[in-house]
Amino acid sequence: MSISVTPRASGATASPVRARGRSLRDGLRRVAEAAVTPLQLDDVLDVFHPLRAGAELRGRIVAVHPETADSATLVIRPGRDWAGHVPGQYVRVGVDVDGVRLWRTYSLTHGPRADRCISITVKGIPDGVVSNHLVHRVRAGQMIHLGQAEGDFVLPDPMPGKLLLVTAGSGITPVIGMLRNLFSRAVPFEADIVLLHSALSRSEVIFGEELRRYAAQGRLRLVELHTDVHGMLDVADLDEIVPDLAERTTYACGPVGLLDALEEHHTGRGLPLHIERFRTATVVTGEGGTLTFSRSGAVVEADGATPILDAAESAGVLMPSGCRMGVCFGCVLPLREGAVRDLRNGQLTVAAPGDGVIIQTCISAAAGACDIDN
Amino acid sequence: MTALQKKSENPIAHLTPEDIEQLGVELDAIRQDILDSRGERDAAYIRKVIGVQRKMELGSRAVLLASAFPPAWIVGTAGLSVAKILENMEIGHNILHGQWDWMRDPKIHSTTWEWDMATPAKQWQHSHNELHHTYTNVIGKDNDLGYGIMRVDEDQPWHPFFLVQPLWNFINACFFEYGIAAYDLELGANIKRKKTKDPEFKARVSQVLKKIRKQATKDYVVHPALSLPTGSFLPTLAANFTANVVRNLWSHSIIMCGHFPEGVETFEKRSIEGETRGEWYVRQMLGSANISGSRAMHIMSGNLSHQIEHHLFPDLPSNRYAEIAPKVKDLFDKYDLNYHAAPFPKQVASAWHKVVRLSLPNGWLATTNAKNAVPQLKMLYKMTTGGPKLRRAAQARLNQQARRAEAA
Repeated sequence: MSISVTPRASGATASPVRARGRSLRDGLRRVAEAAVTPLQLDDVLDVFHPLRAGAELRGRIVAVHPETADSATLVIRPGRDWAGHVPGQYVRVGVDVDGVRLWRTYSLTHGPRADRCISITVKGIPDGVVSNHLVHRVRAGQMIHLGQAEGDFVLPDPMPGKLLLVTAGSGITPVIGMLRNLFSRAVPFEADIVLLHSALSRSEVIFGEELRRYAAQGRLRLVELHTDVHGMLDVADLDEIVPDLAERTTYACGPVGLLDALEEHHTGRGLPLHIERFRTATVVTGEGGTLTFSRSGAVVEADGATPILDAAESAGVLMPSGCRMGVCFGCVLPLREGAVRDLRNGQLTVAAPGDGVIIQTCISAAAGACDIDN
Repeated sequence: MTALQKKSENPIAHLTPEDIEQLGVELDAIRQDILDSRGERDAAYIRKVIGVQRKMELGSRAVLLASAFPPAWIVGTAGLSVAKILENMEIGHNILHGQWDWMRDPKIHSTTWEWDMATPAKQWQHSHNELHHTYTNVIGKDNDLGYGIMRVDEDQPWHPFFLVQPLWNFINACFFEYGIAAYDLELGANIKRKKTKDPEFKARVSQVLKKIRKQATKDYVVHPALSLPTGSFLPTLAANFTANVVRNLWSHSIIMCGHFPEGVETFEKRSIEGETRGEWYVRQMLGSANISGSRAMHIMSGNLSHQIEHHLFPDLPSNRYAEIAPKVKDLFDKYDLNYHAAPFPKQVASAWHKVVRLSLPNGWLATTNAKNAVPQLKMLYKMTTGGPKLRRAAQARLNQQARRAEAA
């Protein structure tokens, strides 16, 4: 997989005229920075043009299309620095839910589009704070924060002649991006594709109508399994459903149980398999836990009643500290991953990988394994 | 002002340790209510204030590009002054307290924010959040009591040097941001202790100088230079200087109102040994004073008009202090404590009265009236020019007079 990124103005090839132009620009920028300090020029420009090149990557929601009762597709216009993506990849999305910035990853459900927009399709999961917010509450016009596209769950070039796509539930989302991209190519694309999709019921199939249309047009063979009628997908039935399984390269995305079973099945038979595991945002919480300090490499066992600051200090870790009573914010450190409990009121704070939630170590105790940036 | 522990009538003598702990529990409950309801509305508030402030500052600076034209100078200077006040008070001070950290927005966060002030945010956070808020009004621990240059307590022996303290205080008010920077560096103490060669201290000095240079370049070089095309270099420079002084005077006044008015308590160092959370709350309650006033007054003071609420809960979003103030006041009433609140002019006058009173020997101001002004001034002159022995004798006489006046 490769993403082509056009490097912006490279120094070696720049002509003297362009170099002068650039130094003039740099000079102007320096003056502007001096004029707005202590803000950065970007902070000021953000007020007027948040999607410009050079800004922190954000996107404006252009449209929200409901897919099923609890899923919706968001069409997003990303900022100018969006570096492009390959169908099958995912993107980190940061959204303010009830005032708090939360990050999750979602698969991109279109290939590169002519209008430069990107889309994600979100299925609301029970108690899912972010997913339900995105499905039910966001409106066109709102801004969200974005990362660049990531992930290597993409089709190879050249394409294998015969494909088996196994998806379940929202596992269809990276695959629909691949299919849409294949089917929208200018040169008609000939491939033998079987899509085996499992969902709770017929009405729960995200993109159901579109998939059935592709099947009707003969672009792929669609096998739908509805759990309410057919029960769960059993990998032992694969040979029966897909008789030429041995000739196909399999791409799969869905719940952990299904992927584990597939992995075991395909490895046993020596069949090619590519899988995409959705990152689970659940962190095991409890009382106390192992503190890992990622920069110093220290590892400390802490109980659920001792402030992280005290536990770390008694183990000899150098920690920033201040009032030791939750007032001054002199002890804050990013929690890269894990869960902590506020000793003053028992409130739980959970950080999924990449969240980097800043915690006050003097009043927080471990509530599970914690990875702390110090 | 005398440390609470030395007063004949201790205002917390009627509270049992159980009362104090119960008071702490009730205050915790008020805090929890706000944490539970903190959300989108609050986030929208701070973003709006930041947005308005940025537009107001940009607009004012744009107007000042033609500041040679007097109406433009007046409008631009007024706008810039207000923008700078908002930036320091409602935005900077409160963000640097971590009041908005819960939003997890890296742009509006106590660890990343920098403000339009001579002192770098990190250094101020140490001296303000850590020292002042933890050791509020503890003599010898809280340097906000007089910033180390003033006599703030009767128990501090009077010296002729203190006669100039009202002038000091005024100069400090005009150039408050530099005063704060020096104070965050603990400049005086470090010079006294001959620690100026210490590499850590030198590093902090160079951070401050760098920040001051950037700030001064912006206000006194770049913006005046940008105004050159309209011949407004000097008017813009003057406008920026004025806005800085206005902002300094305002923030100094607001901060004086928070802990300086007559009747606000101070505490002895040993009184905080082994202090419980409840006792810490009580100290914050008695060591702070509020400014009553309009919504505009609250916003322009960065809600430090709710100094009592702010000192009890320094990490709650400032826009919620007004909401909890009645509940906090109810607790003061319930536990028979004095909720110190008065309008701005009254609090400023009261704070200045204290500065003047303590610049003079104990009891001098109280025992002086129009009739005895001449002998009193003569005595003050003698105390100023005479030696320590003479000062002690004169002070004893003053104390006697003051006691007699009180008895009468």
